[in-house]
Amino acid sequence: MSAVVPLTLAAAPARPASRSNAARTEPPLVRWTLIGLAVAFIVLLLIFPLLTIFHEAFSKGWAGLRTAYSDPGTLESIRLTLTVAAIAVPFNALFGLAAAWLITRFDFRGKRLLEVIIDLPIWISPVVGGLVFLLLFGRQGLFGPWLIDHGIKIAFALPGLVLGTVFVTFPYVARNLIPLMESLGRGEEEAAISLGARGWQVFLLITLPRVKWALLYGLVLCNARAMGEFGAVTVLAGNVRGLTSTMPLQVENLYNDYHMASAFALASLLTLLGIVTLILKTFIEWRTRRDLAAASAEIEESLPEPIPTP
Amino acid sequence: MRKHILPGFGLSLGYTLFGLSLVVLFPIAALFHRAFVLPPEAIATGETSSLHFIWATITEPEVLESYRVSLESSLFAALLNGVFGFIIAWVLSRYEFPGRRLLDALVDLPFALPTAVAGIALTELYAPNGWLGSLLAPYGIRVAFTQTGITVALIFIGLPFVVRTVQPVIQSLHGDVEEAAACLGADRWQTFVRVILPALIPAWITGITLAFGRAVGEYGSVVFIAANIPFKTEIAPILIIHKLEQFNYAGAAAIGGAMVLFSVLILATVTTLQRWHSRRTSGHGGDES
Repeated sequence: MSAVVPLTLAAAPARPASRSNAARTEPPLVRWTLIGLAVAFIVLLLIFPLLTIFHEAFSKGWAGLRTAYSDPGTLESIRLTLTVAAIAVPFNALFGLAAAWLITRFDFRGKRLLEVIIDLPIWISPVVGGLVFLLLFGRQGLFGPWLIDHGIKIAFALPGLVLGTVFVTFPYVARNLIPLMESLGRGEEEAAISLGARGWQVFLLITLPRVKWALLYGLVLCNARAMGEFGAVTVLAGNVRGLTSTMPLQVENLYNDYHMASAFALASLLTLLGIVTLILKTFIEWRTRRDLAAASAEIEESLPEPIPTP
Repeated sequence: MRKHILPGFGLSLGYTLFGLSLVVLFPIAALFHRAFVLPPEAIATGETSSLHFIWATITEPEVLESYRVSLESSLFAALLNGVFGFIIAWVLSRYEFPGRRLLDALVDLPFALPTAVAGIALTELYAPNGWLGSLLAPYGIRVAFTQTGITVALIFIGLPFVVRTVQPVIQSLHGDVEEAAACLGADRWQTFVRVILPALIPAWITGITLAFGRAVGEYGSVVFIAANIPFKTEIAPILIIHKLEQFNYAGAAAIGGAMVLFSVLILATVTTLQRWHSRRTSGHGGDES
């Protein structure tokens, strides 16, 4: 098992054990004090900022929102963010599928090290994630002079933003698939191969249907992080406003120009994206748990009977 | 090569290594390469050793202060998250109360919310005229634009790491162990300290380390609330941006390289901790793998 990342799907039941006996719980006073502390901390730390965002976004009413979303710079930033995510997410999805297949379906030397390296981008500062590509493709970078001679722009242009975003969101799909595929085991796939199925049939008909929810969630999470990426794109976007401002950068521009209502209006859209991600996580966790429970019940039922022929 | 039953070893290995090299390994190698190239300004001052130049860059007083601000704030935030994250994980996995599911889903908010959005929201909230800032101002407590503000932002960022590391372990604890302790005459506190806590400590330390590691590199949520005053509220990632704004690529590369090494150190620590953790849970007959 390698590094824990929040927002990966939990397999354990979310509901506390219903059988609460005196030996497993605390006196009511302790219990309610702890609940109070937890609730107070979450309200203060998480709910207050959330309320602030929507309060500020609506500080000039609907008219303010309309003004904010008719600004050409803001509209351009939304378009740019969608473009970056549309390139970065599929790349990372393919990578995640390949990496998960490799790590959970084969045993080879250096597997643990590989897993750790895949996690590395999560722990590296996003600013450094932008810096590495600037040092490669920037004007003073390793390939900078060559790129200028050939008229190719990577840093301070769309390709740079995509590279920085891919770096930062690199592990998310793999991180969500690996634990699930590990727990599902290789048995069914190996059986299918021994019965003569082809590799792509095994993948499409056996693996994919079983991991589809985890894959979907990995994509949603990767997308949310890609659209909200800030540190890496700050470095790679330079200061060309409008041309290379993604949504978070546009939020910063507006905020620094004291257009508070507009900044928070755009921020509230990103917040909604985050909230949708959380709702989907809750839903998909519930689905996965139900599927797993159904699968294990099925196995228990079918154990004494002969193996059905497909 | 050994024979594998399932197909696709070559393809998945090839694509994984290709993606990893293209996006992660090669760029990071280029960062270290760049850090070792002496810039013309340094050569002009008679500098000949690149190692000496790197050392001089990453130990400039302003840079050292930025490490101090980063490490101090991150450590304090991680420890506070250690306490409250543990309580939240415990409450969410052990008690039933109205709104529990909502709180459980909300814990992941800092991870789903773009960091820049969190940054401006926290700044508004804790600014002297903000909802919370105006309550604290009469007592002379300033949060926004001070190191306290940085710490608040890092507490926000780190919370899910502690909760989501400790929570599954609490849920996997076997009830019979606690019941056995009670049967043998232990009171609840003794059971907690002697039976439950030892099983949770590895995960707890792991969570705190993760929160710490994440906080050290954090940028978006800090940059707004920090005011970025050199020697006071300037964290290391912001210093990299400042160096880049002055076109000091060599300086940025040196500090960036130091930060990558630090990230690797954190990741190595966490991996070791988790090995300890899984040995411990398997030793206790836990069903985790």
